[in-house]
Amino acid sequence: MGEDTDTRKINHSFLRDHSYVTEADIISTVEFNHTGELLATGDKGGRVVIFQREPESKNTPHSQGEYDVYSTFQSHEPEFDYLKSLEIEEKINKIKWLPQQNAAHSLLSTNDKTIKLWKITERDKRPEGYNLKDEEGKLKDLSTVTSLQVPVLKPMDLMVEVSPRRVFANGHTYHINSISVNSDCETYMSADDLRINLWHLAITDRSFNIVDIKPANMEDLTEVITASEFHPHHCNLFVYSSSKGSLRLCDMRAAALCDKHSKLFEEPEDPSNRSFFSEIISSVSDVKFSHSGRYMLTRDYLTVKVWDLNMEARPIETYQVHDYLRSKLCSLYENDCIFDKFECAWNGSDSVIMTGAYNNFFRMFDRNTKRDVTLEASRESSKPRAVLKPRRVCAGGKRRRDDISVDSLDFTKKILHTAWHPAENIIAIAATNNLYIFQDKVSSEMH
Amino acid sequence: MFARGLKRKCADGDEDMEGALASLQRQSLLDMSLVKLQLCHMLVEPNLCRSVLIANTVRQIQEEMTQDGTWRVMAPQTAGQAPRDRLVSTEILCRAAWEQDGELPAPGSADGDAPDLVSHLCGAPSAPAPRSTQGCVWDVDGPGEDRGSLQKSLDQIFETLESKTPSSVEGLFGDMDSPYYDLDAVLTGMVGSKSARRPLPSSLFRGQGGFLQAGRPPGPA
Repeated sequence: MGEDTDTRKINHSFLRDHSYVTEADIISTVEFNHTGELLATGDKGGRVVIFQREPESKNTPHSQGEYDVYSTFQSHEPEFDYLKSLEIEEKINKIKWLPQQNAAHSLLSTNDKTIKLWKITERDKRPEGYNLKDEEGKLKDLSTVTSLQVPVLKPMDLMVEVSPRRVFANGHTYHINSISVNSDCETYMSADDLRINLWHLAITDRSFNIVDIKPANMEDLTEVITASEFHPHHCNLFVYSSSKGSLRLCDMRAAALCDKHSKLFEEPEDPSNRSFFSEIISSVSDVKFSHSGRYMLTRDYLTVKVWDLNMEARPIETYQVHDYLRSKLCSLYENDCIFDKFECAWNGSDSVIMTGAYNNFFRMFDRNTKRDVTLEASRESSKPRAVLKPRRVCAGGKRRRDDISVDSLDFTKKILHTAWHPAENIIAIAATNNLYIFQDKVSSEMH
Repeated sequence: MFARGLKRKCADGDEDMEGALASLQRQSLLDMSLVKLQLCHMLVEPNLCRSVLIANTVRQIQEEMTQDGTWRVMAPQTAGQAPRDRLVSTEILCRAAWEQDGELPAPGSADGDAPDLVSHLCGAPSAPAPRSTQGCVWDVDGPGEDRGSLQKSLDQIFETLESKTPSSVEGLFGDMDSPYYDLDAVLTGMVGSKSARRPLPSSLFRGQGGFLQAGRPPGPA
């Protein structure tokens, strides 16, 4: 009963849910912009949908800043590589927002091979009263013009225009898994399985290769790059993770080619847990710097780990996401679930971390109280504006009424992509082709 | 013969049964991994991370099996067809270990350390019924097939991880002198015995769903 009270305390934080069904396809990435006003999703069909938070209105106190569709556009189209005789998927792997520098918003979106810079602008006024053109735009007969007028700007329905400003193509041989904008706001990096390139946002015909782990003989290949990110404050530092579970922090000031890391973060293997799957489950699927820049968060198959940049020997915190799967690794290897790449996220204050799991469950860990909660993103289990009920997976032993047993977990319902608002307790969860946005109504009372 | 202990007396029974079970599981994992690797290669564009992880797992199993000493030597002539297929299927991972030798051990040969290992693998336990269906993926040829060309084309499968990428475009075309002629020949079905025996990189057949037996004549055998 004490336990129940505890979980209820955590539960009360989330009082609202809005579920948006994106029309066709499976969502492949979710990203808030730097203010949290905009939320972008990319899908397998190459489309990007941007949601905007409505300003809070006094008239309807219940709809505190809900997210509505702001713009939809086709970012990438399927391509055919004639040389290799294969298709390049249009699936959007990652979206990253650029810091806003003027009235327009910009974002980078990438598929396996090509990165594009999109500019999003609003138009809510239009000029009327041209001298040479009439209202439809046709040239006027000059003989009918008897006087001159100054065109006036008149309000019009808001129109959101999206245009591709840059296309960064042909930089990658292998599949791009990450992009990250530098804190200098001038450069960004893109990483594929074996190489990382540095681009200037204004230059599309050239990029600098800063990491190359391709062996001279591909037969010797045993490790690939799985994710990478720039440090949020130090524009010379970046980290990349590998399929062997290691993190490498690199300093671009040290050398032009950062093959030699400045720091190597690796946890020694636990001999008691060793199996044939040890390496696969140690592969890092996502790495994220904390907002403070002091820590890194990594996700591997069964855990999330917090690393201190000053300590390379081991993570400072390890949280079990779904340890009950440890005895099922062989089946998960057989059905390929063991290769699923889950992402992870920090909250704005770096006190809570979040990651997805199976059965449309997602998990949150409070670093201070060491409490954790499992929640479910599904329409069946939560009506709009209802409190989310914590879920429990029972792996044998005592079973309570609403527990789900490990064997009845639905492994096709995986939450790979999650995002946390940069400042508030608002989270976006992508569950296959559905986007869930959960808000905390009483944010001021949150720890 | 199988892993040690299957037919021992009850006194030692339990321990050896466990060992045998573990070996069985290990073998089954190896088979599964090899099938996955093969499927990886048949994909339009293989997921490199996945392929590398599976290949590493296979190497790990192989190392442990070697250390365990559960392999028994079997003379090639008594191996028969099934172990030969197993030999061919494990050659993909063996290739990595023996790249430096510059050549692959011929099936059934028993000279040198590496080929010994190969023939050890060749002598691996004949699969009990359920597993043999997995092994059958490699059982694509009848006895009359040209094993040489099949073997060579399988060798290239691991290489196609690289050859699917433009950085080794030269590798793509390096394997054959007249790529377009061969492609035409296969597509039109007019293949004389000479060109039938020439192994073509399986990358050419990606669009057609990936043939394994690239060297096999499309006409009646």
